[in-house]
Amino acid sequence: MQEQIILRNKIAKGDFSRGGETSSNLKEILRKLGIKSDINRRVTIVTYEMEMNIIIHSLGGEITVYISSEQIRVVAEDLGPGIDDLERAFQPGYSTAADYVRDMGFGAGMGLNNIRHYSDQLEVETGKGQKTKFTAVIYL
Amino acid sequence: MNVKELIKQLELEVLAGPFDRDISGVYVGDLLSNVMAKAKAGNLWVTIQGHQNVVAVASLGDLAAVIVVEDFEIEAAAVQRAQEKEVNLLRTPLTAVDLIRKLIELGF
Repeated sequence: MQEQIILRNKIAKGDFSRGGETSSNLKEILRKLGIKSDINRRVTIVTYEMEMNIIIHSLGGEITVYISSEQIRVVAEDLGPGIDDLERAFQPGYSTAADYVRDMGFGAGMGLNNIRHYSDQLEVETGKGQKTKFTAVIYL
Repeated sequence: MNVKELIKQLELEVLAGPFDRDISGVYVGDLLSNVMAKAKAGNLWVTIQGHQNVVAVASLGDLAAVIVVEDFEIEAAAVQRAQEKEVNLLRTPLTAVDLIRKLIELGF
């Protein structure tokens, strides 16, 4: 099967009220496509973390999910402002989230680790003042 | 044990539900990314968080119920979303540790 888009959602900066909506829609789509529940769970966790990162840290962005017979590819692109120190951002416990965000239980510095842990391949394009693009691949 | 029996046993306040769910175990935590990563399908989630993103995490993780401890405030939007997503949203005046003691007594 050639790769095709199964979901594309815009995500607004700071829109906590819709947090989880994209990953929730995706989960339902994957279930209908007959994707195994353990794969669905991994894709959903990766997408949820990307979605919350766009809401918490970016100026807004978009998530697109592709499927082929071999893999699911989740692409999260935002409008900036970019990750200053990517290596540090991946350190468990490190976060730049504001206090009110942490009070809600976000910003514990585990999100990027979850993305890496549950992906089979992960690519990140970013830099200070730049847009950020995460591409995660999960094999079927 | 299922969620309905648990509500009766522990006299939990029901904000959304009760929806029929079997309980596979318990996870305690207030950091959403940890819950996403570690809570297993069918788990009870014990937390102090009462905002609507809690419902999203519980729904994505297929959790049996969220139990908000110490009578922490639960947002109206969270209750509405829990009803829509059929997530059991429960509350108790007990502290997390006292609730866990009771859950252990019940065999969890």
